[in-house]
Amino acid sequence: MTLTVNTAAALALGDDALVLSHRLGEWAGHAPVLEEEVALANIALDLLGQARVLLSMAGDEDELAYLREERAFRNLQLVEQPNGDFAHTIARQLYFSTYQRLLYTQLASGDGEFAPLAAKAVKEVAYHQDHAEHWTLRLGDGTDESHERMSRACQALWRFTGEMFQPLDGVGVDWDGMRAAWLESVGDTLRRATLTVPEGPQTGAWTAGAGRQGLHTESFGRMLAEMQHLHRSHPGASW
Amino acid sequence: MVTTTALEEELRRLAGSVPDPELPVLTLDDLGVLRAVHVRDADSVEVELTPTYTGCPAVEAMSTDIERVLHEHGIREVSVRTVLSPAWSTDDISDEGRRKLREFGIAPPRGGRPSGPVALDLGPTRTAADGPEPEPVRCPSCGSADTELLSRFSSTACKALRRCLSCREPFDHFKEL
Repeated sequence: MTLTVNTAAALALGDDALVLSHRLGEWAGHAPVLEEEVALANIALDLLGQARVLLSMAGDEDELAYLREERAFRNLQLVEQPNGDFAHTIARQLYFSTYQRLLYTQLASGDGEFAPLAAKAVKEVAYHQDHAEHWTLRLGDGTDESHERMSRACQALWRFTGEMFQPLDGVGVDWDGMRAAWLESVGDTLRRATLTVPEGPQTGAWTAGAGRQGLHTESFGRMLAEMQHLHRSHPGASW
Repeated sequence: MVTTTALEEELRRLAGSVPDPELPVLTLDDLGVLRAVHVRDADSVEVELTPTYTGCPAVEAMSTDIERVLHEHGIREVSVRTVLSPAWSTDDISDEGRRKLREFGIAPPRGGRPSGPVALDLGPTRTAADGPEPEPVRCPSCGSADTELLSRFSSTACKALRRCLSCREPFDHFKEL
């Protein structure tokens, strides 16, 4: 299948939203407090809404979500990382929501085909980022245990952050400017949370841009199996 | 030149009177999500609807309800199209809608936020929920301005959970978007 440029971009951005939405949905029934159960589900719902719009720009949303193999997904490896403990989920949220807000802000100010969605979603994402920053501060500047866990999570996910700024064909934004703004914003939050900005490389030896090319990490296949099995078991079912 | 016919106005009134499936005290008109009704020919109508939040699951129920109401009015073919632009904002909720929300026990969104491009700055995140508050969120039960935020997310994506420090009542706040 040959994708035109903008379809490929819609797929990449749509897959980011879909996969993270599913990961956050896995917290349902397991979140530490009721308010967080509700918050994570609401964020997942916002992302699912974005995914539906974006995937519909690329083709049939259900076919794309439920009938593609792992290698056909174009999401960042960051969003497919397992939830881990609550600190891991918050670190993933901090990294991704900051990126998504910067990206959508730029897309919203242009006149491309993503502008209408970006203009709408950027306001939702502002709440996601706010949520992640508050929890980063609370956990980082909290107990020794919460500080240690938040620090570990920020370090562990750092090597997946470089991929976010690999230019995407069909998405006309200032990627270098975005990376600088992201580092500034995330760095500021981490410092206020008494955490150190990780020093390691932002990409691993083989992870640079890999998710965007369809190369994913081990746990992603299991996540997809869970996400797709009902649709695959009962094709075309409805109620 | 687009003109609205008397029939379109009538159908728009009907579609606009459909209650919101999750906040049935509000009509779609109160909520400001009904964008347009176009009569295509004698018995075919297209309705433009905009979601409050991108992932709002109520859109499908709204569409079904609009179709039902217009079918009952004798329109054979009704198609409801979702439009994203211009993006819905809580400023689109009518004054009547705000009054109904308050009566229902939900603090309405604070109005009068300046619209326009989203400013990008590098400092700590500010959203409508915090930062320099334009006006306090008042308790819908006792009217006190002394309320606190419990959670940025509540029973639906469009609401935040707050608590009144005067009468101790927890309440939902339709947060600004």
